[in-house]
Amino acid sequence: MEYTNLAYVLAAVLFIIGIKRLSSPKTAQSGNTIASIGMLIAIIATVLSFELLDFKLIGVGIIVGTIIGSTFALRVQMTQMPQMVAIFNGFGGGASALVAAAEYFGKYDTTELGSFISGTIILSVFIGTLTFSGSFIAFGKLQGFVSGKPIVFKGQQIINALMVIGILLLGSFIIFGVNQELNLFYGIVLLALLLGITLTIPIGGADMPVVISLLNSYSGIAASATGFVLMNNGLIISGALVGASGLILTNIMCKGMNRSLANVIFGAVGLDEQTSNDGGEQISFKSSTTDEAAMILDAADKVIIVPGYGLAVAQAQHAAREVADQLEAMGKTVLYAIHPVAGRMPGHMNVLLAEANVPYDKLKDLDDINPEFENCDVAIVLGANDVVNPAARHETSSPIYGMPILDVDKSRTVIVNKRTMNPGFAGIQNELFGFENTVMVFGDAKEMLTNLFKDLKEL
Amino acid sequence: MDMINIFTVFILAIFVGNEIITKVPPTLHTPLMSGSNAISGIAIVGAIIATKIDGGLGAWLGLVAVIFATINCVGGFMVTNRMLKMFKRK
Repeated sequence: MEYTNLAYVLAAVLFIIGIKRLSSPKTAQSGNTIASIGMLIAIIATVLSFELLDFKLIGVGIIVGTIIGSTFALRVQMTQMPQMVAIFNGFGGGASALVAAAEYFGKYDTTELGSFISGTIILSVFIGTLTFSGSFIAFGKLQGFVSGKPIVFKGQQIINALMVIGILLLGSFIIFGVNQELNLFYGIVLLALLLGITLTIPIGGADMPVVISLLNSYSGIAASATGFVLMNNGLIISGALVGASGLILTNIMCKGMNRSLANVIFGAVGLDEQTSNDGGEQISFKSSTTDEAAMILDAADKVIIVPGYGLAVAQAQHAAREVADQLEAMGKTVLYAIHPVAGRMPGHMNVLLAEANVPYDKLKDLDDINPEFENCDVAIVLGANDVVNPAARHETSSPIYGMPILDVDKSRTVIVNKRTMNPGFAGIQNELFGFENTVMVFGDAKEMLTNLFKDLKEL
Repeated sequence: MDMINIFTVFILAIFVGNEIITKVPPTLHTPLMSGSNAISGIAIVGAIIATKIDGGLGAWLGLVAVIFATINCVGGFMVTNRMLKMFKRK
């Protein structure tokens, strides 16, 4: 047993070193390998040191899991990374809940089950199950199986609150030993499953980065809670690391939208009704073609590309790189402006552009790129909307008021590519489109960029 | 291990996590998520312990937990590796 715990500490150290190496893209890949070695050590140590394990079950489980996991990992497209992470969060949370449940079924009718252990079991089952169902809803929304728009119904908040109270009541019955009926336990599982669903369905597509980060954190907290159940420091440390990581990312995402976590979870931003906030005024805008855009770009020295979710939907990352390469071949400076909440998860745009071979030192954060727009000739906005809406600076009634935005409107010319004039996910019109220095080029991002590339070559 | 000990470990781990994760640049936030996600697959340790011979229902839950946690670990590390390879080849 002593050696097993030592092996867990070693695994935890390797996880920490692994994450530490993620501080630079150069060392990151080796960091991931180091972390995976840590996991292997933890697994081997467990298999070797616990008695009476069912190796047949373990073998079958690992083989099945490896086949499913590696198929997902090899097949997934970079644009689908958010739903991939969402579903993995769900499996992680589910695994923790199941382990805690197995422990409960093994001990519920014995005296071994003290208040502390039953309390941690309930915590682990509750968070793990909620993560499981919530992640599958998030997956469904991102994949398009469930509407990306907020789904709300009357009394939703009250029902959620009642379910939380129900879980607390059932949990305290079990903890204080009032009643050890298995039905109480099943009740908790059922309520946690439902709560995961009702908490996730009212959240709109644009708020997904927050939800995924939060579910990521929950999957860690669930693992930690299971660690307390089993008195296993390997699980406790690793779970705490993941929990902290998810919370930090959640916080960064909320700051990126200037909203509180409570507002994201309960605000249901993105409902159709909010369009009416705008007073229905129509924006008059200039629509243009790619060959005109090519001529504008020809006269430019410095170009900043601003990618958004529309780029991911159109799978246009490679086309964007081709245009950027062409511009650079014409002697222009090209940079990319990445808003923290662009896309559907933290770092979504960076991964897409890395896939298209864009060097990472050209991808600039909000703080680094904003001063650059002042002396920028052309900003090309590709399928981004709310993150470039100047209303966030002055329109106090706007739902995005106070959100830090990319100051594209300060460039000499802004070329905006969108599919239609439909408002973004926050459901608000973007005054940028009507600005004197803005030119709209409508169409699918990939098609538009391919045409633009041709037009640039023909100049 | 008594309760105070494991609680100490938990608290310290949160602080360590906070220190190292704030140093990860935004460019790598997606790999950070999928990588830390793979680490939360550490639940596999608990899942393996749960598959006791003749453990009845608990052992079957353990099997499902092993499958889930393995998907988490294997898939998580592999997809992270795939992404990080793209960042490296510059």
